[in-house]
Amino acid sequence: MSELTLDVQGLSTHFFTRAGVVKAVDDISFSVARGRVLGLVGESGSGKSVTGFSLIGLVDPPGRITTGKILFQGRDLTKLDERELRDLRGNRIAMIFQDPMMTLNPVLRIDTQMIETVMAHDNVSREVARQRSRDALGMVGIPSPEERLTSYPHQFSGGMRKRVAIAIALLHRPDLIIADEPTTALDVTIQAQILAEVQRLAREVGTALIWITHDLSVIAGLADDIAVMYAGRIVETGAVEEVLDRPLHPYTHGLIGSVPSRNARGSRLRQIPGMTPSLLNLPVGCAFRSRCPRADAACAADPPDSFPVEGRTLRCFHPQLEMVA
Amino acid sequence: MTTWMLRRLIQAVFVMLAMTVIVFIGVNVIGDPIEILISPEADQAERARAVAALGLDKPLWEQYWKFLLGALQGDLGRSFVFNEPALKLIAQRMPATLELALTAVLMSVVIGIPLGLYAGLKPSSLAGRTIMGVSILGFSLPSFWVGLMLIMVFAVQLGWLPSTGRGQTAELFGVQWSFLTANGLAHMVMPATNLALGNIALVLRLTRAGVRENLPMDYVKFARAKGISPSRVVFVHVLKNIMIPIVTVVGLEIGGLIAFAVVTESVFAWPGMGKLIIDSINVLDRPVIVAYLMMIVLLFIVINLIVDLLYTVLDPRVRLENKE
Ligand SMILES: Nc1ncnc2c1ncn2[C@@H]1O[C@H](COP(=O)(O)OP(=O)(O)OP(=O)(O)O)[C@@H](O)[C@H]1O
Ligand code: SF4
Ligand SMILES: [Mg+2]
Repeated sequence: MSELTLDVQGLSTHFFTRAGVVKAVDDISFSVARGRVLGLVGESGSGKSVTGFSLIGLVDPPGRITTGKILFQGRDLTKLDERELRDLRGNRIAMIFQDPMMTLNPVLRIDTQMIETVMAHDNVSREVARQRSRDALGMVGIPSPEERLTSYPHQFSGGMRKRVAIAIALLHRPDLIIADEPTTALDVTIQAQILAEVQRLAREVGTALIWITHDLSVIAGLADDIAVMYAGRIVETGAVEEVLDRPLHPYTHGLIGSVPSRNARGSRLRQIPGMTPSLLNLPVGCAFRSRCPRADAACAADPPDSFPVEGRTLRCFHPQLEMVA
Repeated sequence: MTTWMLRRLIQAVFVMLAMTVIVFIGVNVIGDPIEILISPEADQAERARAVAALGLDKPLWEQYWKFLLGALQGDLGRSFVFNEPALKLIAQRMPATLELALTAVLMSVVIGIPLGLYAGLKPSSLAGRTIMGVSILGFSLPSFWVGLMLIMVFAVQLGWLPSTGRGQTAELFGVQWSFLTANGLAHMVMPATNLALGNIALVLRLTRAGVRENLPMDYVKFARAKGISPSRVVFVHVLKNIMIPIVTVVGLEIGGLIAFAVVTESVFAWPGMGKLIIDSINVLDRPVIVAYLMMIVLLFIVINLIVDLLYTVLDPRVRLENKE
């Protein structure tokens, strides 16, 4: 398994707030191979973004990584000091943030924000850095990139800002990109263009990708593997077709049922009843049990990781074995 | 941009006009200068002559009209006391006040911003908390008391620094300045520090608040995610954002410093405008009071204009709105 770009083992990130401990990420394990795309899905508040920030070592107090290993190309990132992490960030590991409105600095020009990223890691002239920035803007479909370089963020729409953030992530052709809801708020053609660009990068450079999203339909077309997150835990992983065709966890089952395209026209969208529990002082036991149709007394204990089929993991006492309706 | 400037100029003229009316009525209310200027033994005829010579026998509106006509020609009247043009008196004293106030501003920026950055970046460290604690003193201790303490310690006890006057001056652009000579600088240390204390505290707290507010923002996290150095994150990304409020406040404080210089100038016998105005108020030297207040208003207008221009340099969002 030397081809693994990222191998996360038992990672926990907790926030130690005044009100109590928020277990935003709790003992998760997953891996992404070189050139592969992992879709990380889950409802709002399930810990997807915190997972992303944990990987690049940018969890701010009161949060911190409490246990686990993050093996990136064999090196454990949790053991690196700030200086070593900084050499990797933006260079070998890039992250595209969720909120495009706030990620760019409002008072600095786009070229400043891009050139500094190039020059932070590569010993090149300003002119070369500028050219690379312009090319990256072109790659994500920003028209007349040369002129746009001298713009300020507020002169771009939300979608355009998102594209600038994606362009910044592509600058160093990283080995791992963590993309947090990267294409929401973009129109379909641009979305397709960016997906194509990312897939080309995966193919040519071997970039591994973690694609965080709510949108199962994007995952279905793009990802190789999928990890389903619920209340800070990964409840199910596997190859994307297998998981979507044959979900084992009741939560995954519910998620698929609530995707519009899966429902017959005219029929009501099936929502998973209930709400995501608060992650503050979460009691032991399966966090899904208050919403789960299959829950029973056994579910008051923590379901352990199980490996029901080759290449899949699952956390559930009573997996759903029949096919999706 | 030019229409914007034009609008600002017209506004300024109206503010100045309104100011003259208020000041004119104001100085009339505080008292009759004749009582002070003329010796008590003077007889009725002598008194009437003096009143006529100063133009105080005319109705107020006529005095005001005469003043306005003069002001249009750059003549703000003659001092009752010195019998010299009021403007000239003020112009003679202005450099002393300006250099004191600008030195104080420079100190508040050069000392306040680094300390504020430190306190903002390390809020729970001992040094960070000490800085914040001491800064409260900068606000709350009365200026004259601090001035007297400075004199007690550094002039009287230790004998390190001179405590009165401007010391030796040198000429630049036809004006005498203290900051050009070592002796003059030594004379400036205490009054400038005294004047700057409140502002150092203000800039420091403003900087710290800005850092605390900006650090958790997404753009900071994103800048860190790009792998740029921490110093670049602080000095380019964060500082440029917090400079916007700092420039505004510091700009407005320059006017305040010039006005507050009155206290410091009195304590350190610094021969600036502040001392002149105090003396003029004591003897109700109306033309000097009016001219001084006009100069201060003009100064505020000019400073506000400069601040607005700086604002457009610092904040690209303002720039765009102006173009439209
Ligand atoms: N600084 C913090 N202090 C306390 N709790 C936090 C903090 N940051 C995140 N959390 C908690 O961590 C949990 C996971 O948040 P996260 O942002 O990772 O969710 P998400 O899956 O990305 O959701 P979304 O789809 O809405 O982006 C949330 O319950 C949130 O309340
Ligand atoms: S462990 Fe129990 S409650 Fe949790 S998902 Fe499985 S069946 Fe439902
Ligand atoms: Mg998120």
